[in-house]
Amino acid sequence: MVEWISFFIGWPLLGFLVSLLLPEHEEKIHARWARWAVGTQAAALLVFCILWLFGEEPYLNLLEWTLYRNADYAFYLDFYFDRVTAVFALLGAGLALLVVSFSRIYMHREPGYKRFFSTVLFFFLAYNTTIFAGNLETLFVGWEGLGISSFLLIAFYRERFLPVKNAIKVFSIYRIGDVGLLLAMWMSHHFWNENVSFVKLLEQDLIHEHLHVHTALGVALSVSLLLAAMAKSAQWPFTSWLPRAMEGPTPSSAIFYGSLSVHLGAFLLLRTHPFWVNQTSVAVLIGFIGVVTSLLATGIARVQPSIKAQIAYASAAQIGLIFVEIALGWDTLALFHTVGNASLRTYQLLVSPSAVTVLIREQLTSFNPVRKTLETWYPKRLKHTLFVWSLKEFNLDQFHYRFLWDPFKKIGRSLHFLGLTRSLILFFLLIIGGCVGIIRPDWIPNGLVSKLSLLYMLVAVVFVMRAFSERKSVSLAWSLLAMSHTFVAVSIGFTGKLQWDEVGLYLGGIYASFGVGVIVFNRAKKLVRHWDLGNFHGLVHRRPVLTGFGLLATLGISGFPITTAFLGEDLLFAHIREDQYGLATLMAITFVVDGLAAIRIFARIFLGPDDRNPAFDLLKAV
Amino acid sequence: MNEHPEKYSRGAVLHSLMHYLPSQAPLKDFIHHNTLHAFQDRPFFDGLKDANSTFGYRTTLSLREYRTWYRTDPNAEPALNLAIHLLGLVDEGKFWMDKALRGEFPESAGPTLGTVRLCWKKNAGVDLDAQVHPFLFRLLGSFLDQGLAQWEFPGARDLSFLDAIRTLDQWSAGGLFTNQSARRLLHDVQTDLECLLERVVGSPSLYEHYLFDQQFAHAGWSGIVAQVEQNPNGLFDGRRIRLEELIFVELLMEIDALESKLGVGFQPLHEWMTEPPSPLFPERVDSEKDQVVRLWQTAYEWATYDEVLFGIQHEAMHGSELKPLGFQAIFCIDDRMESLRRYLEMYRPDCSTFGTPGFFGLDSHYLPSDAKFASKICPAPMETQRVVREIGTRKRKKDLHFSRDSQSFHGGFLLAQTLGFYSFWRLLGQLIRPSESAKTSSSEHQMPEHVYLEHDYSTLEMADRLESMLNSMGLNADFAPLVYLIGHGASSTNNPHYAAYDCGACSGRSGSVNARLVAQWANIADVRRELNQRGILLTDSTWFVGALHDTTRDSLHFYDEDCIPAPFTANHAENKLSFSLAATANAAERSRRFESIDLNLSLSAAHQRAALRSVSLFEPRPELNHATNAYCIVGDRGLTKNLFLDRRAFLNSYRPEKDPTGAALLPILKAAAPVCGGINLEYYFSRVDNLRLGAGSKLPHNVVGLIGVSNGIDGDLRPGLPAQMIEVHDPIRLLMVVHQEKNVVEMQLKSHTPTFQWFELEWIHLVVLDPLDQQLWRWAKGQWIRYTPFTSRLDAVSDWMSVSRSSRSNISVKQLDLNDRG
Repeated sequence: MVEWISFFIGWPLLGFLVSLLLPEHEEKIHARWARWAVGTQAAALLVFCILWLFGEEPYLNLLEWTLYRNADYAFYLDFYFDRVTAVFALLGAGLALLVVSFSRIYMHREPGYKRFFSTVLFFFLAYNTTIFAGNLETLFVGWEGLGISSFLLIAFYRERFLPVKNAIKVFSIYRIGDVGLLLAMWMSHHFWNENVSFVKLLEQDLIHEHLHVHTALGVALSVSLLLAAMAKSAQWPFTSWLPRAMEGPTPSSAIFYGSLSVHLGAFLLLRTHPFWVNQTSVAVLIGFIGVVTSLLATGIARVQPSIKAQIAYASAAQIGLIFVEIALGWDTLALFHTVGNASLRTYQLLVSPSAVTVLIREQLTSFNPVRKTLETWYPKRLKHTLFVWSLKEFNLDQFHYRFLWDPFKKIGRSLHFLGLTRSLILFFLLIIGGCVGIIRPDWIPNGLVSKLSLLYMLVAVVFVMRAFSERKSVSLAWSLLAMSHTFVAVSIGFTGKLQWDEVGLYLGGIYASFGVGVIVFNRAKKLVRHWDLGNFHGLVHRRPVLTGFGLLATLGISGFPITTAFLGEDLLFAHIREDQYGLATLMAITFVVDGLAAIRIFARIFLGPDDRNPAFDLLKAV
Repeated sequence: MNEHPEKYSRGAVLHSLMHYLPSQAPLKDFIHHNTLHAFQDRPFFDGLKDANSTFGYRTTLSLREYRTWYRTDPNAEPALNLAIHLLGLVDEGKFWMDKALRGEFPESAGPTLGTVRLCWKKNAGVDLDAQVHPFLFRLLGSFLDQGLAQWEFPGARDLSFLDAIRTLDQWSAGGLFTNQSARRLLHDVQTDLECLLERVVGSPSLYEHYLFDQQFAHAGWSGIVAQVEQNPNGLFDGRRIRLEELIFVELLMEIDALESKLGVGFQPLHEWMTEPPSPLFPERVDSEKDQVVRLWQTAYEWATYDEVLFGIQHEAMHGSELKPLGFQAIFCIDDRMESLRRYLEMYRPDCSTFGTPGFFGLDSHYLPSDAKFASKICPAPMETQRVVREIGTRKRKKDLHFSRDSQSFHGGFLLAQTLGFYSFWRLLGQLIRPSESAKTSSSEHQMPEHVYLEHDYSTLEMADRLESMLNSMGLNADFAPLVYLIGHGASSTNNPHYAAYDCGACSGRSGSVNARLVAQWANIADVRRELNQRGILLTDSTWFVGALHDTTRDSLHFYDEDCIPAPFTANHAENKLSFSLAATANAAERSRRFESIDLNLSLSAAHQRAALRSVSLFEPRPELNHATNAYCIVGDRGLTKNLFLDRRAFLNSYRPEKDPTGAALLPILKAAAPVCGGINLEYYFSRVDNLRLGAGSKLPHNVVGLIGVSNGIDGDLRPGLPAQMIEVHDPIRLLMVVHQEKNVVEMQLKSHTPTFQWFELEWIHLVVLDPLDQQLWRWAKGQWIRYTPFTSRLDAVSDWMSVSRSSRSNISVKQLDLNDRG
């Protein structure tokens, strides 16, 4: 029985890989293959779930593959199946099948037909990896995949500014969620003293025991998970990314932001439910977030004059309610609600172009010059205030700029004296010093080691923020990223437990990506008139293959699970002690900003309108 | 920079802005028009050049596209030679030929639009678009919203935009702005546009340029505001808004954003400018490249025109004058009718077909029985207060998925738990078996069969309308026993642009009411008596039947069949069968453009597949509408009856011999030039610059306020045609061929300047075919120049079936084999 699970991951993986190899312009083959890949999964799931229902095991766990193991640490992929997985898997395969079938004709003749189906299959793989994940590490792999596929589908119309800008915006919110997961993984490691799998969470006594010892850590762990869930499910205060993600073809918006992707935050909470269920403060917090989202998003949805924004906010409001249900322990209702809401919003988005036909007809026949709504009865000041705030989306869209990205940029900008030469000199001095310090720890006075560790991590943060705010030099920004990663390695090196092979895994992956990037950018440089990061250049229209390599380099240097750096990242984290939460937080921030800076460089160079277009500056609002 | 002469005048700038902004009506009234109407006061190519140098629009194909075409089209070479001739470049022919084929040209300078306001970004580091647009668009969308949002803009129905904004700001805690000064300016009655411009821009010499930069940064929104200002009754739920108010509010928002970024005492724009601005409308300087582009475009157009001119001339010389009287069918001039008529005549050689604008002279509005608003069913420019009322009851389909309750959290909760599960199966059902639903805009539903039409036209008025319609076609005697009036409409599902598919002569509605009512009139004894007195010989041996042709489904619906007198019924039953056969053949011919429909399918299978598109949720191309339109032929059907025109021709019936003075010609041209020219040019410009003059791909479109579509939620409205409508269209101007003596045509045209301008400035090509000697004359630069086609023969075919599905791309003009002509 349990072996089936490998199929549910392996098959979507095969589906995605094969789709990459199919010929570019054969629409029929792509659509057929996508339908086949998703349809087979759906059918197999159906059979499997029926068998499972009649079987005796309420859950299944499959320890699949140990990627790395040393004395006190193991990184392994683990898969798990229970009722929550069953519901999400069936929902996912069912809706994906409908949407893929819908898109077969809908996408006809659209440039990027293949890209669309490959990305959807990649999304499908990431979705299944996430919901079948048996531990946080595996879930994180899927989670990252969701982020990339989201980015690619929002920026599907990459020849225009807004889709690219919004893709970056959504990506940056997802990165905040990633911090949550990264920290959760780190804390979980210390909480359990091992890489725990979800199946362990079923042992309530064990959880109880551990919570007793690490009460604060338990809460922090739950809150980190909640952060990840909030970002993914567009909960307050992150809600405003959801309508802005509606830039791709309608079916992709429907499946991602109407249904599957956006409900995964709820999935994460359901999955980790046994862990936090007895921490009342956490349950209250989840409920609170849900209620706030639900109220705000409803208000915003009521005033939106565009159909997709309405549906997005209405969906977020329902997910808020789902959070409340989860907090109250009503798992079954939450599952029902998820399936209903996902199907409803998928359909509503797919038929959203009909709004004109249906509502104009309604207006023609039943126009009422005095329309009474709930708000008619509000006192004047309350009414106007609520209206304005809802129309302004309660400033949610400005929120993360004001509190996160703008301060980051400001810090980066204050470091503008760090040019390429200066930063390289600084880099080599610090690295040599650091290496000497790590090799001969006896040369360093006691008590200074942990401070040095923190100092190096701070330098890493500084470098990455400098890269994030760089507007001109691509090579500077790109090099700063690699340097920043090196500082992270040195910083962790001071903990004294780091193995050289771990460093090799981490920096090997980073520098390989860095190297690919250097080659790619050197080629790109020759094709662009004003080589800078101040504007978009849209090279993808001229060099699609180069763009592909650029994307790989970008993902590699951001620690996505395509190089060994991903593994190294996790290993490095594991060396941070439980009490070094400052260090852990700084490291998490480094990774987040690093990902953002990298994707920004990629987007500026490769995406957007072709910069040779004489009307380039006039394409802003199109 | 204040030393610049002050030439700003608010009225003039606003007027000029209104003139240049896109003039597309809200979605429910999609009416085709020349996208670059603002440049129509100058010759075509000058207009294109100006539009390009100021606004940066792409106005022709690229040289690469022309050159690719040259390599693939066998007509291209003679056409290029011809073009050199037509443009008077014969002396340097070799030089220009070489330039056209191999010349390399420096890149043209960027547009002047946007350069002034760009200083905020380039020199002051403030991205005003990013700061202002999202909220401004939402304010506008919310104010203009026609019923999409559950909670409407407070005061939108009673107050003007600016007053509504003032009230909103005054009564909301925190207000609309971040800083106090914008707020103070908003409420100060002394504030006028110039105060704000002085604060933001500083120097009056820059005002005009700045306002253009500002408004054209969101031409879609500004355009719809200008439309609503000019035609407030165009919306069901009326709104009072003026472009000036939009600018006022936008300037306030800019002040607010600038204060936030640069501080309360920020310097106005002109202080940030480092170099003097280039003039918004630069002098036109003709370059070599311009000449080459003119050459290419001319060649590209005449390569298509030449064949048809040859064919028509040939038919005029050799065609038969026979007018069979089995039955007569009067269609709309719409290009989509060409093939249907061709098949009808093929199946029924005893029938005659005619073309006239599909409103059939009925100048009215229509008020459905359950409706609160009447909508126009005659050409948009026609002024009329008349209303035809529908008497009867109807039931309309509803769809809970558009229920506003799904947006509230309790309603959403209940609907998600109930309707949500149904949605899944509903979607599955519609994927497997598409069927008509509330999401379908159906041509027949505009007027159900069972209703009765009430109106207040007197007998004389009815006779007037019939008289002018029949006379314009030269049809005043020799009526067949049955005369059909066939209006047309389209059906589509999940399509916000549905109105663009209906009859242009009925203001984007289906022509069912018109066809039915005018047919009823023609059967009234009193009306006939009146017509007889006016020389139109209608007798009891003729009966009129109104019908609707659904162009997406290729189905025909006949009205009032139970009123057809007994002597005609058998005849009608037989005709109906022929109509249905013709419609099937027509659908099969249409289906060749759809890659997903196999060219080898049987006629009926192809028909079925094509028709299914009208109800499929996932079909962005229900039909291809006017794509590939290229000519308008004003003359007798005899000129075109034996030609395969590939659904590219508007056909308006006209008999020169019955109209020696051309009195009937002018009304035809007055209507055809703007309608056909408008359609043609909208397709032209949407095709050459789909990003800025078209609406882009419709797949990511988001419906805003039921008035327009945008990309995403922060994007500008996208007027123009979506990519799916224009992708097979070749951007060429309309060729108007008139069968009449050139002097008559010239005299008539010159009596009506607006119509004459279309031809004089070459936004439409004009060629006349002289009925006396069958010579072709081209109107160019104020005179008639004899035209001799380079085509020497057309491919002969034995029947239309053999060509109708021979290729997926354009098919050259074919001629019915003379031996088979009996």
